[in-house]
Amino acid sequence: MTSLRAAITRHRALAVLLVLVVAIAVTTNLFGDRLLDRIVTVLFIDLILVLGFQVFSGNSGLLSFAQIGFMGIGAYTSAIFTMTVEAKGFAIPDLYAFLVPIQVPFIAAVLLGAVIGTLVAAAISFPIMRLSDVASVISTFALLVILHVVFAHWSALTNGPRTVFGLVQHTDLPTATLWALVFVAVAWGFKHSSLGLRLRASRDSEFAAATIGLDIVRLRWTAFLVSAFICAFAGGLWAHFITSFSPQAFYLTRTFLILTMMIVGGPRTVSGAVAGTIIVTVAFETLRTVESTINLEQLLPFQVVGLTEIILAIGLIVVLAFRPGGLIEEREILSGPAGPRAEPLGPPGLEPTGKAR
Amino acid sequence: MDPDFVAQFVLNALSLGSLYALMALGMAIVFGVLRLVNLAYGELIMVAGYTLFVLNDSPLPWLVLAVAAVLAAALASVLTERIAFRPVRVNSLNAMLVTSFAVSTLLQNAALLLVSPRTRAVSVPGLLTQSLEIAGLRVSVANLMTVGVSLGLLFGLNLLLRRTTLGIALRAAADDFPMARMLGVRADRVIAAAFAISGVLAGVVGLFWVARVGSVIPTIGAGPLLIALIATVIGGMGGLAGAIAGGYVLGALTVGMQLLLPSGLIDYRDAFTFGIVILVLLVRPQGLIPGRQSARVG
Repeated sequence: MTSLRAAITRHRALAVLLVLVVAIAVTTNLFGDRLLDRIVTVLFIDLILVLGFQVFSGNSGLLSFAQIGFMGIGAYTSAIFTMTVEAKGFAIPDLYAFLVPIQVPFIAAVLLGAVIGTLVAAAISFPIMRLSDVASVISTFALLVILHVVFAHWSALTNGPRTVFGLVQHTDLPTATLWALVFVAVAWGFKHSSLGLRLRASRDSEFAAATIGLDIVRLRWTAFLVSAFICAFAGGLWAHFITSFSPQAFYLTRTFLILTMMIVGGPRTVSGAVAGTIIVTVAFETLRTVESTINLEQLLPFQVVGLTEIILAIGLIVVLAFRPGGLIEEREILSGPAGPRAEPLGPPGLEPTGKAR
Repeated sequence: MDPDFVAQFVLNALSLGSLYALMALGMAIVFGVLRLVNLAYGELIMVAGYTLFVLNDSPLPWLVLAVAAVLAAALASVLTERIAFRPVRVNSLNAMLVTSFAVSTLLQNAALLLVSPRTRAVSVPGLLTQSLEIAGLRVSVANLMTVGVSLGLLFGLNLLLRRTTLGIALRAAADDFPMARMLGVRADRVIAAAFAISGVLAGVVGLFWVARVGSVIPTIGAGPLLIALIATVIGGMGGLAGAIAGGYVLGALTVGMQLLLPSGLIDYRDAFTFGIVILVLLVRPQGLIPGRQSARVG
């Protein structure tokens, strides 16, 4: 009985997070405001991306920049598979001939995109998982650059640097809500699975984990693939919400936004991913409204651009300086006292062992 | 092979390599003491570029403007260290890395807000656009000056690092920071000095980079940042000699690929160079000239 009660206590936070997501969706629906509807849909897609980042970075302690590249793979692949023959003729004129007639239903296309994103990740990421510290971060950064260069030049798949347009808008608020719920549960399940536990052990002490016989490279790799799957899936959803995009959408600007969400909330917890996404989205939308009001009313003699990003960047630096583990550092919300678990070895954050002087 | 062709190749590779070596050196000197890959490094080059733009119409001679631009980049570098990196320094390496990403975004958007998102022309002195005829080879003055100034800076920096107390403290800190501190090296001062030197190098690079392009935009730092990153990795993270070697190797590779890659693949040049980066990290993480060991498992 006690173990059942312990299990319920341990997973209470998951229920709260799921209820929170549903509550946000229902409230938005009650308002019936189109703009709010759009903002919340994007929020849920961003949430899925943050969860994708969290599954890898939060559990392994390694920062990865590459994930937005997998989002791009998901977006392009799903777009190719849902568009009609005519639409492809306009949007991706150089597309390989054998791909032109293929057309599958929306969710199947998104799944295909996610699978292909995962396969690409599987093929290119295994050796990188051996690296730690700075070398690992630079490698994932290099991966992002490589994927971006490929998107921007492979005209036969992506229409090169030009915009792909004319997708049908399939993703709406209910779709985004549903998948946000699914992936909150997936990220939660991953963290608390045996695999997640072993990976977190390697995060807290790489050498101790290796000593007890954990295959760290394989553990990291599995997490990286789950992460790539989630991000590629989010890419498919996003593409069919926004309906037109170019390679620039899958590069540093979005990486910065999603990383900010994850770090502000707390990379080690799923609750942190949810909290960070909501907080940053609210801040972002508020600032953007202020910015556009200033511009519309011509309150200042010049056009204001970039103010939102500046304030977000300052906010991120403040969080990193004063609360490097994010708002919800170590313990998920409502999960009760920490129990007999040992405290982590270093300060909370992405990487406890890399203490700088 | 045509000897003129070879000479031209060597000259181009040397000139580009010198510029790349300076970029890499500016990045490596901060990495040495702080283990920080400063993603805001490119924005220092942007600061130099915008300083030139702002002073474009002033009657001062170009050399004065150039000095002002270099000083502005150095000042920006020191300020980012004082305001953003110092409070985060005690936290994890990743926290510092993300901070540098935030600083980069901040500076870029500050340029958007304060100047303009559009490309701004910067006037370049006529001398830098001319070319000379030496022994039957056409050589641009800008290329010659790049090589000359780079070699001068490298020489000067070498003197600084070997002959002055500050330089010795810097090298000691890069080698073993806790030990250096125990021997009385002041951490704050050494780190600030590293950022100042990094800023000066970025400023000089900025001058030549802007002179090559003839204009400045908020995203101008992206190219140099990536180049510096690649060159330091190829050369060996943590060692200054490695950074210089990496810069010249990358310069030669870039010029070589421009000549040798079939035209269909030239667009993918950046993908190839970054592929090389990942390969180097995997196969020879210590780079061409080993600095300190890079941690890895498996």
